[in-house]
Amino acid sequence: MSANLASTPSRTAAPHPGESAAALRPHAEDAFAGELAALAAQDDRPRPARWKLSPWAVATYLLGGTLPDGTVISPKYVGPRRIVEVAVTTLATDRALLLLGVPGTAKTWVSEHLAAAVSGDSTLLVQGTAGTPEEAIRYGWNYARLLAHGPSRDALVPSPVMRAMAEGRTARVEELTRIPADVQDTLITILSEKTLPVPELGEEVQAVRGFNLIATANDRDRGVNDLSSALRRRFNTVVLPLPESAEAEVDIVTRRVEQIGRSLDLPAAPDGKTEIRRVVTVFRELRDGLTGDGRTKVKSPSGTLSTAEAISVVTGGLALAAHFGDGVLRPADVAAGILGAVVRDPAADRVVWQEYLETVVREREGWTDFYRACREVSA
Amino acid sequence: MTGTAGAGPLLLGVRHHGPGSARAVRAALDAARPATVLIEGPPEADALVPLAADPDLRPPVALLAHAVDEPGRSAFWPFAAFSPEWVAVRWALEHGVPARFIDLPAAHTLAWDAELPPGEGEETRTTEGERVRVDPLAELAGAAGYDDPERWWEDVVEHRGPGERDPFAPFEALAEAMGALRERYGAGGRPRDLVREAHMRLRLRAARKESGDAVAVVCGAWHVPALRERTTVTADRALLKGLPKVKADLTWVPWTHRRLARSSGYGAGIDSPGWYGHLFHAPDRPVERWLTKVAGLLRAEDRIVSSAHVIEAVRLADTLAAVRGRPLPGLGETTDAVRAVMCDGSDVPLALVHDRLVVGDVLGEVPDSAPAVPLQRDLVRRQRSLRLKPEALERELELDLRGETDAGRSRLLHRLRLLGIGWGEPGPSRGSTGTFRETWRLRWEPELSVRVAEAGVWGTTVAAAARARAEADAAAAGALADVTALAERCLLAGLPDALPAVMRALTDRAALDTDVGHLAQALPALVRSLRYGDVRGTATRALSEVAAGLAERIFVGLPPACTALDSDAAELMRGHVDAVHTAVGLLGEAAAGAGGAAPAPVPDGTGRVRGLGGLRRRWRGVLHVLAGRDTVAGVVRGRAVRLLTDEGELGGGEAARLMGLALSPGTPPADAAAWIEGFVGGGGGMLLVHDERLLGLVDSWLTEVPAQAFTDVLPLLRRTFAAYDPGVRRTLGELVRRGSGDRGDPVARRLVAPGFGAGPDAERADAVLPVLRLLLGTATEESLTGVGA
Repeated sequence: MSANLASTPSRTAAPHPGESAAALRPHAEDAFAGELAALAAQDDRPRPARWKLSPWAVATYLLGGTLPDGTVISPKYVGPRRIVEVAVTTLATDRALLLLGVPGTAKTWVSEHLAAAVSGDSTLLVQGTAGTPEEAIRYGWNYARLLAHGPSRDALVPSPVMRAMAEGRTARVEELTRIPADVQDTLITILSEKTLPVPELGEEVQAVRGFNLIATANDRDRGVNDLSSALRRRFNTVVLPLPESAEAEVDIVTRRVEQIGRSLDLPAAPDGKTEIRRVVTVFRELRDGLTGDGRTKVKSPSGTLSTAEAISVVTGGLALAAHFGDGVLRPADVAAGILGAVVRDPAADRVVWQEYLETVVREREGWTDFYRACREVSA
Repeated sequence: MTGTAGAGPLLLGVRHHGPGSARAVRAALDAARPATVLIEGPPEADALVPLAADPDLRPPVALLAHAVDEPGRSAFWPFAAFSPEWVAVRWALEHGVPARFIDLPAAHTLAWDAELPPGEGEETRTTEGERVRVDPLAELAGAAGYDDPERWWEDVVEHRGPGERDPFAPFEALAEAMGALRERYGAGGRPRDLVREAHMRLRLRAARKESGDAVAVVCGAWHVPALRERTTVTADRALLKGLPKVKADLTWVPWTHRRLARSSGYGAGIDSPGWYGHLFHAPDRPVERWLTKVAGLLRAEDRIVSSAHVIEAVRLADTLAAVRGRPLPGLGETTDAVRAVMCDGSDVPLALVHDRLVVGDVLGEVPDSAPAVPLQRDLVRRQRSLRLKPEALERELELDLRGETDAGRSRLLHRLRLLGIGWGEPGPSRGSTGTFRETWRLRWEPELSVRVAEAGVWGTTVAAAARARAEADAAAAGALADVTALAERCLLAGLPDALPAVMRALTDRAALDTDVGHLAQALPALVRSLRYGDVRGTATRALSEVAAGLAERIFVGLPPACTALDSDAAELMRGHVDAVHTAVGLLGEAAAGAGGAAPAPVPDGTGRVRGLGGLRRRWRGVLHVLAGRDTVAGVVRGRAVRLLTDEGELGGGEAARLMGLALSPGTPPADAAAWIEGFVGGGGGMLLVHDERLLGLVDSWLTEVPAQAFTDVLPLLRRTFAAYDPGVRRTLGELVRRGSGDRGDPVARRLVAPGFGAGPDAERADAVLPVLRLLLGTATEESLTGVGA
């Protein structure tokens, strides 16, 4: 039975097989095949059933390191070691893993690499949207076959989750909280009973050892379908944090802004670093509710103010400077963008923002231009 | 039993406050049954050992040593239930063998501190022991391949379960390792240790003379090799020669887990006393028991945590420990498991777990028979020097704060009040309302002595204790008003050192408080404190900065907060606007005064002073916004216009225009009446009587109201004016009648109260000026002669 399911083509083959190497973005297990092979070759620790690597090796794969034979494993996730350890251990204890975080905290990236390292396959993926149907998580039917031959195993179209259960691999569910609540709940039986009944055939698919599920969800978005406590109980939750230090965040923003700017053919700003630092500082201070020197508390607005938004504020500012200014990123170019990112709720957030301007920005050395620019756009 | 006990005294090297060490010490003592137990600690405390048997003495407690003449100079030796030293003391008491402390006497250590710069002394002394031991641990941990020495120690020593086969083996191994370290590093850069160890050896020799080899020593592992060393008595004596000495007194004081956790000051520097206590007390399966405890706490706080959660958390913690290569899950693993399984990855409930369980709320107790705490002595000394005797009879005390003694008395009483020792209650001042007078009702109740003893945890002098208490209160205070009140009390008690902490708490609360009403309530109190501070000569710079920051927040938050209010809320808000107006005025004055007093302000001060000066300007801007925004409640709008008119910001025409707008037919009548109420209300209408311009505005608007609208407005106006005294109402009527008779004539139109002339008499007014100048000190020679003429 499981052989039957496994024989179903596991990925949509590229129209011309030879071209798969030229994919815009190769899968993690392909891109880092060399590292995975080196890890597997030198991994002498016990591996859970059907794992390609031991938990230690999976952690090393994500965090980077040097193997005894000198192979250098590049770090896939830059962040606290604790988080990766808890995530890997969760998968090893046969519990489902829920990665939470605001947008832009590498949730999907981590889940893809975890699946690649654990099962050697990161493609058993369900993309969660508001329109995700139950079939995407359970199974669907090939209607031509269903009509021609009646209900049978051959007419069944298994979902990625069903395949992962049968093959003992890691399934991934992206944006779990966007999936409607009733569809979410189909996961409960899968995660607790580890079985997926197919009443039409009077059969069931039982998960074999090695099956597990990694879900990602966004914990700050509005209008999401919160998990029922029954489902939530089935997950161990790991929150992926925003960059720890301002320096790290400035680096991330600068790098991404450069990449985006190049693709938009924006001229490189000669003095952009000051404004990037300023945007990151403002975002971090409002997000943390504390000024960078740790001396003054401030209120936090309702928006997420994630790194991703900081990137878009800077990119927008660059475009403004390039097309309407003198090409140099100035406070006035980012002020409007920051205002838009901070003030999401016109009443409450405006007070928060003005209070921040008056109590923190106004007094700060070298921020006079920025203060003026913000006053101008706020007025 | 190994040969250890036979070959010499039993040396049990421990880590202070290590539960595993404590357990091992108990097992070793049970096995060896020594006739005397020696413990690292000040020998003056020997007399206090029997108190440890008192059921009323409950750890955590601390031995407190203080210089008799100088209670502020003190040192603490904290003991928790899981401290090996405490276990040794209890074991000795239970088995009826003497327990003695063998460290250098506190008389010397306290005197040593005096040679260090003040302030640093205490910290260096108490953390010294830790620092010395942390370094060798790092060496050993590094040799074992650990990057974190604490974790290594926990893995090899503290997390060893009970039921070791050989109770002496761990100590043997540790002593050997420490011996190797000492060989290499000597005293580890701590020459004082050599002196302390010399004293320990002397005491050890004395004990061996009595009990032979049946002596057990419980001391820091670092000292074990030194105690093994064979030295001569003369050499040890020589080391101890000529040490400075003060007269020291010791007692037991209650301690808390929180203070054990404090990494500086008197703390023992352990982060997780609650966890250690759990490890020590748990009979078996510490991780399962711990996670069950955590689940219980989270359930009590209304989080849904089922047994399934606990099971999964235990599994995760165990596997994490395996992944991290540790023999047993430690605090780190269990915390990670709790976060991932029970807290949905959130750190918020985790903070609660940390606060309540990992640190814990355990409070020690000390029996009444313990010697007096130094705070008591300090209080007695102050009472003597201020000639303020504690009497059971209630009496009243008038203080003139301009005198040094009275100011000192006031400070003492205020400090005691901060400490919860209600010896004096401030009463209303009789006769004078000046800020330099205070009236107190004094009464010393016997139970106040108990309170003094309790307050001993906070410090050894009244000032230090009050300061520590104020800082703790500030951190714990919930409402903004509590913190402002605390700031006021700190100023009254003359505790400027406590102000930074209080101000920090204040700014934090203010920054997070979203209710402008709270801020507006806090500001007047703060400004009042500023003025008190001036009277008492306290440095109030920090205070004025905080006040300015608070005002700034009010300015930003006030306009949105004044919209969509019902009539009660609007009335409340009008009170806030008035209070803020007064406070900002005073604050602006204070700033101007500060600017004048300091001709050369510090660089960062210039901007600040300018900022304070601009405060009134910005406040007027806020009032303009309030006055001109239609969504703002009528009563607040009227009030804003009125305040601006009073400030001379609005010309009469502008105020009249705004009034006309507010009272135009399109405005709902209720709102219009509220506006009038805000504009002329308060003060019983006397302002209308005395301010002819305001009355003129109201009067001219009223006469211009069309006949039809008049009937609509009438009841509302009646409501406002009915609140005035009958006399005021009549005077107003007369004024209006007289004024209306001469309409059109700008001079005669001036409204005049009965008994006054129609216009000012310039000649009679001029006659007052010279005297006025004299009073104000601006008199010139000519004007003085003018008075004579």
